[in-house]
Amino acid sequence: MVHGGGGRAMTQLVEELFVAAFANPALQALNDQAVLPPPAGRLVMATDSHVVSPLFFPGGDIGSLAVHGTVNDVAMAGAVPLYLAAAFILEEGLPLADLARIVESMAAAARAAGVSIVTGDTKVVEAGKGDGVFITTTGVGMLAEGIDTGGARARPGDAILLSGTLGDHGVAIMACRDGLDFDVPIVSDSAALHGLVAALIAAVPGVRVLRDPTRGGLGATLNEIARASGVGMRLREASIPLHEPVRAACEFLGLDPLYVANEGKLVAIVPAAAAAAALAALRAHPLGREAALIGECVSDAQHFIELETAFGGRRVLDWLAGEQLPRIC
Amino acid sequence: MKSLAEPVAPLPPADARASESARWRLRLRGQVQGVGMRPFVWRLAQRHGLDGWVGNDGDGVLIEVQGTRAALAAFRAELRTPPPLARIERVECSEQPLQAAARGFAIVASRVGAAHTGIAADVAVCADCLAELFDPAARRWRYPFINCSHCGPRFSIVARLPYDRANTALAAFPPCAECAAEYADPADRRFHAEPLACGQCGPRLLWRARAAELGAPLADVLAETLALLRGGRIVAIKGVGGFQLLCDARNAAAVAELRRRKQRPAKPFALLAANAASFAGLVELDVASQQLLEAPSRPIVLCRQRAGVELAGIAPGLDRLGCLLPAAPLHWLLFHEAAGRPAGMAWTTQPQPLLLVCTSANASGEPLPIDDAEAVTALAGIADAVLGSDRAILARCDDSVVLAHGGGFSCVRRARGWAPQPLRLPRAGPATLAFGADLKNSIGISRGDRAWLSQHIGDLGSVAARRAQWQALEHLLAVLDVQPARVVCDRHPDFASSRAAAEFAAAHGLPVYAVQHHHAHIAAVLAEHGHDGPALGLALDGFGLGDDGAAWGGELLRVEGVHCQRLGHLRPLPLPGGDAAAREPWRMAAAALHVLGRTDEIAVRFAAQPAARTVAALLARGVHCPPSSSAGRLFDAAAGLLGVCATMSYEGEAAIRLEAAARRHGAAAALAGGWTHAGGVLDLRPLLAWLCARQDVAHAAAVFHATLVAALAEWIEWAVQTSGIRCVAVAGGVCLNRVLLDALHASLETRGLRLLQARELPPNDGGLAFGQLWLGLQQT
Ligand SMILES: [Fe+3]
Ligand SMILES: [Mg+2]
Ligand SMILES: [Zn+2]
Ligand SMILES: [Zn+2]
Repeated sequence: MVHGGGGRAMTQLVEELFVAAFANPALQALNDQAVLPPPAGRLVMATDSHVVSPLFFPGGDIGSLAVHGTVNDVAMAGAVPLYLAAAFILEEGLPLADLARIVESMAAAARAAGVSIVTGDTKVVEAGKGDGVFITTTGVGMLAEGIDTGGARARPGDAILLSGTLGDHGVAIMACRDGLDFDVPIVSDSAALHGLVAALIAAVPGVRVLRDPTRGGLGATLNEIARASGVGMRLREASIPLHEPVRAACEFLGLDPLYVANEGKLVAIVPAAAAAAALAALRAHPLGREAALIGECVSDAQHFIELETAFGGRRVLDWLAGEQLPRIC
Repeated sequence: MKSLAEPVAPLPPADARASESARWRLRLRGQVQGVGMRPFVWRLAQRHGLDGWVGNDGDGVLIEVQGTRAALAAFRAELRTPPPLARIERVECSEQPLQAAARGFAIVASRVGAAHTGIAADVAVCADCLAELFDPAARRWRYPFINCSHCGPRFSIVARLPYDRANTALAAFPPCAECAAEYADPADRRFHAEPLACGQCGPRLLWRARAAELGAPLADVLAETLALLRGGRIVAIKGVGGFQLLCDARNAAAVAELRRRKQRPAKPFALLAANAASFAGLVELDVASQQLLEAPSRPIVLCRQRAGVELAGIAPGLDRLGCLLPAAPLHWLLFHEAAGRPAGMAWTTQPQPLLLVCTSANASGEPLPIDDAEAVTALAGIADAVLGSDRAILARCDDSVVLAHGGGFSCVRRARGWAPQPLRLPRAGPATLAFGADLKNSIGISRGDRAWLSQHIGDLGSVAARRAQWQALEHLLAVLDVQPARVVCDRHPDFASSRAAAEFAAAHGLPVYAVQHHHAHIAAVLAEHGHDGPALGLALDGFGLGDDGAAWGGELLRVEGVHCQRLGHLRPLPLPGGDAAAREPWRMAAAALHVLGRTDEIAVRFAAQPAARTVAALLARGVHCPPSSSAGRLFDAAAGLLGVCATMSYEGEAAIRLEAAARRHGAAAALAGGWTHAGGVLDLRPLLAWLCARQDVAHAAAVFHATLVAALAEWIEWAVQTSGIRCVAVAGGVCLNRVLLDALHASLETRGLRLLQARELPPNDGGLAFGQLWLGLQQT
């Protein structure tokens, strides 16, 4: 498909596509902004730009990812997500069918998550200046009084829970991008987690910290929490859930699954006394069936995260400055 | 032990005033405290009829002596042969006015000042103490903590300066009247021996843990320990610098069980025997190896295994055995027990049948336990019994590992017996603290032109190891009393050592210099040789982060002070799976096949590897395959192609096995056309291609070594010609390979070039901190 005129034709096409797909009164007003009734409680806002190659992968695509990513950022505050704004940067030459698929998937993800995409924007850049499509989504949600799940609240003794298996998203993307086929296909875990969060908070209102281990994986997330809270952590590798195909793929690729990205998992830190209730609440939800208690916070001035390995050894789960560089001398 | 001892300054010329009286003040610097220096001086002064005094202070030993010039000169001449543990680095002498009143010679009380003296390393039991240990009439017959001014623990039991009993692990044991008398008698071998003790007043051995089924306690701890060992049990004992695990080396089931419990499938174990004669049937003991074995530093000495000797499970696939002689009285007492408690010394030089495995009692990746309670916890499930004591170890110190060659020795691991002996830097600079790298970690501190390397700390992968690094740092700062003015670390941003350096620097407001890994390797060797000018550096290493962010490890560098230029490198091989390729040599073999255009052979050749198909795909697509010029990975590729080692169970296993295979074969000729060289890039693909089709592993391994040597020598000659620099230093972990290094040294010698190699320091990352110190200190 060809779009002359600086992409104006495409922009128009796209807007029609969006209005149809995201059907809601605010968007249908076709203004440059959405006018919305204020929710009760506190407002929560989050924004996230989504860049992924390939655009379509097992378990999702950039459209569903753009909804889940921002919904989860809002949800990790303990909030109920309500609205999304979406900005698209389209590369000239993107097949319209692909765009339609992405938009459809976005709409479906938003519907399933119970959020409305109420305003948006589209820009077109020359071929070669984008990676097909970039989507920035901004989310607004409502946070009830008395809930605080900020990263600085972990205390020594608190239990660390993980809502399910690690690495599915990152490995699915890599396998797809690098054209690697594994015996058992690996599917991204991309999902909206606010329902799981609501169930958890209902069971354990005193949950201390919520975080989704996206880029940098569990390793990056736990190190951020440990440093913000001024605690150390002890984890048991054997209790960290991992799908067998993901484990094998990581071994083949030389990756540590604890540093691989996830898009549908959360880490919850709760007081030790509430650990059993939290675990039960997570497991009762379809997105938390494989939830596990993976360790606890300890008092440690140096904020080390120590992992007891499956073979009884111990190693530090470090934060990394960038990519996983070789380290073996 | 190599020492820094300088000859005492020349004596003043003998003159006609020989009978005239004079008074001299002598200042002795170096390792002169806690080593029996003052009683030695006292006896010397008595013998020459001199008046005056001797005392310790923060700068070392201070002496004032008065007498005839002839007697003074004779006294000073005899200072050249101090007690065994003393290392006199400098003597300053000044003339003083005569003092009429003072008669006789006294030892005066210690005066504390800025401490510029050194703590001695831990040394083995001396001959005098050994004779007492086995003399049924002696007060210390069979006493496991016997020592004197000339032997015993030092570094491992000192908390801080000054070196007084109160600052050692013996603080909790007030000496009995007899010990106190020995301590106070300048004529006694134990005069001012801070750790002196006896069965009445000193520390005792104590069972800390015993598996329930081992039965009721016997009266005698030593007899019981021996009975357990003879019964095939694994016993942990408290050695000099930490707990060790012992078992009967001739009991294959016991050795296998130790391997199973320690989760150490193949890494070689060291053997402990009573004396060199007991090793004679097992290994080829040349004079140099025997001297190292018997040295007071008591290292583990790697010795060539005798042909036909088969000790199941001790050093699988290798041709060398790590041999060790008793380092502590307790070790001696076990052999004494096994020999039936003979009186006297005769048995100590006769072959003894008891042969023990002696290995550090750490869980894999963890530091050596030094505390009894810690050992009980750490060794539950590993040791059947834990024999501790009520004498604390204050500084953890593993066994050192060395190897005799070329009339000297080279160091594989520098720890007990060497730490914290100072090394000399080519010149003085600001006090610097260096943090080393993350594997085989050792830290270093300099003051002036002296540098102290910590004991081997090991792999910083665990929290306990990182805390051990802090402990070692604090202990070193306390026993040296240095205030660092700057900090140095490796350039790898994710090294724990680099982060510890940043943390220390921030806490103390100091600048941090991050230096390139291989530059530091070469600098360590240059500094050890006192070379302070331009040089060529050949880094043959596993991995270090390069200036371009890539994985370096086979580099030809031009080094001049803080400047380093990369003249050339080995042609990079892809590392399929990054660090996984450093653990699995078959992956490097796959990488070799790929660069030879034979990617499609990978899946067939390595069909036994579940990852083979994926690795072939990674290589074909160039994903998850960071390129590396590492020499270590080149060895892995060769070992993988030859089937010497598919996956490693310990670091360096593939290269060590390949070296052993080459030595088994003996000399071989280099493969003609085995390499190409253009623009500084050395390409060994023809050699790798040749290896692909070899069946005779030992021959192929020998040809691999010979070809690599010829290629490296040609490469170096090219660099010498283009740079005009003739001084060449070689460093990096691959330099532990003696087959390679001896041949390279010889080859360069025939070309009229001298190759500088690591001597007292390990060539691997264990010596890196010394190079970092030298580079950090030169930063302006
Ligand atoms: Fe290195
Ligand atoms: Mg996000
Ligand atoms: Zn002695
Ligand atoms: Zn006593």
